[in-house]
Amino acid sequence: MTKTRCLRWSLPTLLLAATANATDMPLNMTQGVTEISQQVYQLHMTIFWICCVIGAVVFGIMFWSIVRHRKARGVQPAQFHESTRVEILWTAIPVVILIIMAIPATKTLIAMEDTTEADVTVLVTGSQWKWHYKYLNQDVEFYSLLATQKEQINNKFAKGENYLLEVDRPLVIPTGKKVRFLMTSDDVIHSWWVPAFAVKKDANPGFINESWTKVDQPGVYRGQCAELCGKDHAFMPIVVVAKTPAEYDAWLNAEQQRIAKAKAEEQELLAMNMSMDELMAVGERTYIAHCAACHQPNGEGLAGIFPALKGSALALHDKAGHIDVVLNGKAGTAMQAYGKQLSLKELAAVITYERNAWGNNTGELVQAADVHAAAQGKGE
Amino acid sequence: MSAVVNDHEHDHEHHDHKPSGIKRWLYTTNHKDIGTMYLVFALVMFFIGGAMAMVIRAELFQPGMQFVEPNFFNQMTTVHGLIMVFGAVMPAFTGLANWMIPMMIGAPDMALPRMNNWSFWILPFAFLILLMSLFMPGGGPSFGWTFYAPLSTTYSGDSTALFVFSVHIMGISSIMGAINVIVTIFNLRAPGMTWMKMPLFVWTWLITAFLLIMVMPVLAGVVTMVLTDKYFGTSFFDAVGGGDPVLFQHIFWFFGHPEVYIMILPAFGIVSAIVPTFARKPLFGYASMVYATSSIALLSFLVWAHHMFTTGMPVAGALFFMYCTMLIAVPTGVKVFNWVATMWRGAMTFEVPMMFALAFIVLFTIGGFSGLMLAITPADFQYHDTYFVVAHFHYVLVTGAVFSIIAAVYYWLPKWTGHMYDETLGQWHFWCSLISVNLLFFPMHFVGLAGMPRRIPDYALQFADFNAFISIGGFLFGASQLIFVWVLVKCARGGEKATAQVWEGAEGLEWQVASPAPYHTFDTPPVIK
Repeated sequence: MTKTRCLRWSLPTLLLAATANATDMPLNMTQGVTEISQQVYQLHMTIFWICCVIGAVVFGIMFWSIVRHRKARGVQPAQFHESTRVEILWTAIPVVILIIMAIPATKTLIAMEDTTEADVTVLVTGSQWKWHYKYLNQDVEFYSLLATQKEQINNKFAKGENYLLEVDRPLVIPTGKKVRFLMTSDDVIHSWWVPAFAVKKDANPGFINESWTKVDQPGVYRGQCAELCGKDHAFMPIVVVAKTPAEYDAWLNAEQQRIAKAKAEEQELLAMNMSMDELMAVGERTYIAHCAACHQPNGEGLAGIFPALKGSALALHDKAGHIDVVLNGKAGTAMQAYGKQLSLKELAAVITYERNAWGNNTGELVQAADVHAAAQGKGE
Repeated sequence: MSAVVNDHEHDHEHHDHKPSGIKRWLYTTNHKDIGTMYLVFALVMFFIGGAMAMVIRAELFQPGMQFVEPNFFNQMTTVHGLIMVFGAVMPAFTGLANWMIPMMIGAPDMALPRMNNWSFWILPFAFLILLMSLFMPGGGPSFGWTFYAPLSTTYSGDSTALFVFSVHIMGISSIMGAINVIVTIFNLRAPGMTWMKMPLFVWTWLITAFLLIMVMPVLAGVVTMVLTDKYFGTSFFDAVGGGDPVLFQHIFWFFGHPEVYIMILPAFGIVSAIVPTFARKPLFGYASMVYATSSIALLSFLVWAHHMFTTGMPVAGALFFMYCTMLIAVPTGVKVFNWVATMWRGAMTFEVPMMFALAFIVLFTIGGFSGLMLAITPADFQYHDTYFVVAHFHYVLVTGAVFSIIAAVYYWLPKWTGHMYDETLGQWHFWCSLISVNLLFFPMHFVGLAGMPRRIPDYALQFADFNAFISIGGFLFGASQLIFVWVLVKCARGGEKATAQVWEGAEGLEWQVASPAPYHTFDTPPVIK
């Protein structure tokens, strides 16, 4: 009894709660910020209303019949069961409606697929579970990782406004310019989706897909990977910042300088030796950011999917092999090549960390120069 | 209880010899026994798959990770899909086919009874293998029921081999079931049961069986390619070795699209049997129903790539698949119009089978509408892989296929057990299911349009309220199905005696035999006018 009363009270309350906060979530497809996304929205609304009208007519007749033609009213059933004229009519009318619908859909689709005459081209590469952006002919490239803290996901900290939709480095594009995206992947299939641009394109390993957008308003636009890509599929968001061309150029310039400076620092680093403490500190940070998703924070991996590093032969004995796997990845497995993802310092630190954390106490240091030598050896 | 029934039957069934206990069920070649086993098996699988859906909805009740790890969440979505498609819906339809097709065409049994036994009994092993794989180190399959390569090849866990073998066994079972249906319908129709006199359930199942025979080998092929890519060094889906991951999707969906019609055509047959019975009026446009079913089956081979618009295909290809997909709306519309015309000026009553059939017509049509929306390629780019798609296929598969199966069970249950089911409880089951299923799936349209991707264990805060709401709908829908079990058990144990005719407006050979249907029916073919 108390249970039913409880249910009776809680359901409407929940219903109310849901509708009261519904303003947070739009109930319809976004109109987006591009000409194409507006057209897509229009198509969506047109077909939606067509369905509504057909539904109203069909269900209307059906419910009329349910109300009027019931045995309880004492009606005698009619016995008709055929009418070629009616059959032809309700075959022909839908065909006409569909043709009317197909025309604008075809036009929009052709416009969406026209990737010619782009002003800026960005190579978008998905990998488990991050995006990499490379501005072609600009010497600018970087990884874009989820910025939401693990503690928020594990309900230890309060969740921020852009929970799971925030990244460390967003993709920046100029407004008013046609930006072409080339999509590919380093491992499984991902799908790059920004609803505000009506762009969703699969990133297929070994192939390149094309898409484009032209954003007129500066702003921050958020999206997510749309294709199931493994364990952390929910945790590889996309953030795009659209800046005016002048601001975009300034940003591009600053990025070029930052990347050049980082390269110069790497060269200096080759001559230096870092202490164990420093390597372990940087190593732990790097490990948590890049390795822990698979190998787990305790280094034990996930049995049957991701191997343990704690106590593994590679981390305890084969130093050269260890450096090689981290640098170049392991073909045929989920282990990525980190040589292009991390700096020499981070690589050296994370390998040192893996060889000394969780009781793997080899006491061995790996320096940037060691990693560099291994990378060069591979290159020649 | 069976002893009571047997005594009663002894008057007119002298040859009713069957072993007792477990042997009866293990060795049986009787289409009714096998049909019952299929149906019970499907119900058990429906609850196991449903329990997994409850895990999914519990995790999604609130943002953040609460109950399960992402890897386990992915196993739940994957195995939920596999079990519901291959373990619940398909075996339930095969069970109905086993029970009803011989009785509807005046045949003594299925044409290939031993194969019939075999095709059922390999099925529990297939699902045992699949379910056991969940307990392996690293867990069971976690790449979605669509198992896209290379997630299912290079990047999958060690359980993939078990997944492949279990799908092979399911496929063999389906192919054998389909062969049996075709051979039975072609060879064992009673004299005078011409093609255009066959009940629509028989017609839709015949067409379904052909679809099964054509696409199940394709599924077997694609899982084998996954197996060899993963374990034997082939590169069908790996660009490094000259393959193409998108090839996987083409092969999978060449199976997958006809597969969704495999799960809905028999439903059309069921609704076409129930609506005329309770409207007390012949089915409107019988011939056009047959032609519409056939054209849907043919078109199902020409639309597979509408699942793949975002994979990057040439504009001409996208246009072709968009137009063909839109075209499917025409024969599907014809069916809905025919059902409404059947009701028109009938004299309807609203027993539980009719209620589920009416709900089917409305809710399946809603699923059809969202299907039409998904066909519009530019809009599909926004809908694809979101909860809008999840809403769409649950409307066609739960309120479509599953509702039709439930309707069929209520419709034929008195014929199977000889007792009327409890109408009040049945109405409770219907109304609880109807309300909760819409609380569950309707808001998913909005969540999807607002931009929530499918197959994610955690989501942005804006989706929180709707997901809480959807989860409550899900729990209620799950609980409502317990009423169904109650009704079934109660009806199997006893109840008001059912007449042979059962329903006032029922027509067809199955209503001419006694209720419960004797163990052997139509040993001598009936005469069909």
